Amino acid sequence: MHELALMQGILEQVEQKVVEHALKKVTRVKLVVGKMTAALPDALRFCFSVLTEDGPCAGAELEIEEREIVAACSDCKEEFTVRGIDFRCPRCNGRNTRVVQGNELYIDFIEGE
Amino acid sequence: MSKKVEMKTRILKTNEDWAGRNREVLAGKGVKALNLMSSPGSGKTTILERTVESLRDEIRLGVIEGDLQTELDAERIRRLGIPVYQIETGGGCHLDAEMVARAMEQLPLEEIDLLFIENVGNLVCPAEFDLGEDLKVMVASVTEGHDKPAKYPLMFREASVILVNKMDLVSATDFDMEAFARDVAKINPKAEVFWVSAKTGAGFEEWCEWLKGYVKGKP
Repeated sequence: MHELALMQGILEQVEQKVVEHALKKVTRVKLVVGKMTAALPDALRFCFSVLTEDGPCAGAELEIEEREIVAACSDCKEEFTVRGIDFRCPRCNGRNTRVVQGNELYIDFIEGE
Repeated sequence: MSKKVEMKTRILKTNEDWAGRNREVLAGKGVKALNLMSSPGSGKTTILERTVESLRDEIRLGVIEGDLQTELDAERIRRLGIPVYQIETGGGCHLDAEMVARAMEQLPLEEIDLLFIENVGNLVCPAEFDLGEDLKVMVASVTEGHDKPAKYPLMFREASVILVNKMDLVSATDFDMEAFARDVAKINPKAEVFWVSAKTGAGFEEWCEWLKGYVKGKP
């Protein structure tokens, strides 16, 4: 639901870089989106296509790298990929786990001419 | 000639900056802030009314209400005689930290120990936006079904406290308390869970005692 606002923010940041680096057009935008975020890649793609009908990003390719959720156990130090909804440590069944990957939501780089 | 420009720019950076400033202002005034989140109609405002009634003689309270439109919720809280400010997002599906910063300017923070921020009813987007709060509290009601943690794990993962509301109706629904508790234990094993009814007051003694301990115990 909030992907439109996210994409507006992304394009503002991108357009700032376009000015700074005197680019005529953007050909590629690369995002990193962790699965702990509520930002859906399909919705981001849709919003990107709607918002880049004209302007410096028109025709640019949007690449989204999704990151799995990885948690670390504070008790036994095991690191594990979270599958489904179970955040408990698969090794010691510990409850003291914290997410070490999956919260990412950033613009990695842009390419342009 | 194609040119690559490294960015590594966090998309929510603007919100995170505002949230950081809110956190500083609140800490400076000795206010603890609680972000109350749930789907629409789970009973957040009724829970708030009952919680305010239980705590207002012991703790100085304040409320920020978030809704798409109307002052209805703020009016309910205002009747209880505590400072309240209503944010109308005008259609926005969540509160962000800048909206909360503006609302904080309208409240007498020096006279508040515990600030409730009632988020817009939505189980997805609010989890993404840090408001500068100290504690995220989530409300789920038995009429929504016991499968909500499995369907919306991010919100349940983020919350430190989960209030399961409308327990007075549990026998009229197919809500499976065991299944709900089992899923919460997987997603967020450290969460405090309180089974309450804002209508009858069941469970509020435990919840309010916990909250008092939290407010007083925190440096």
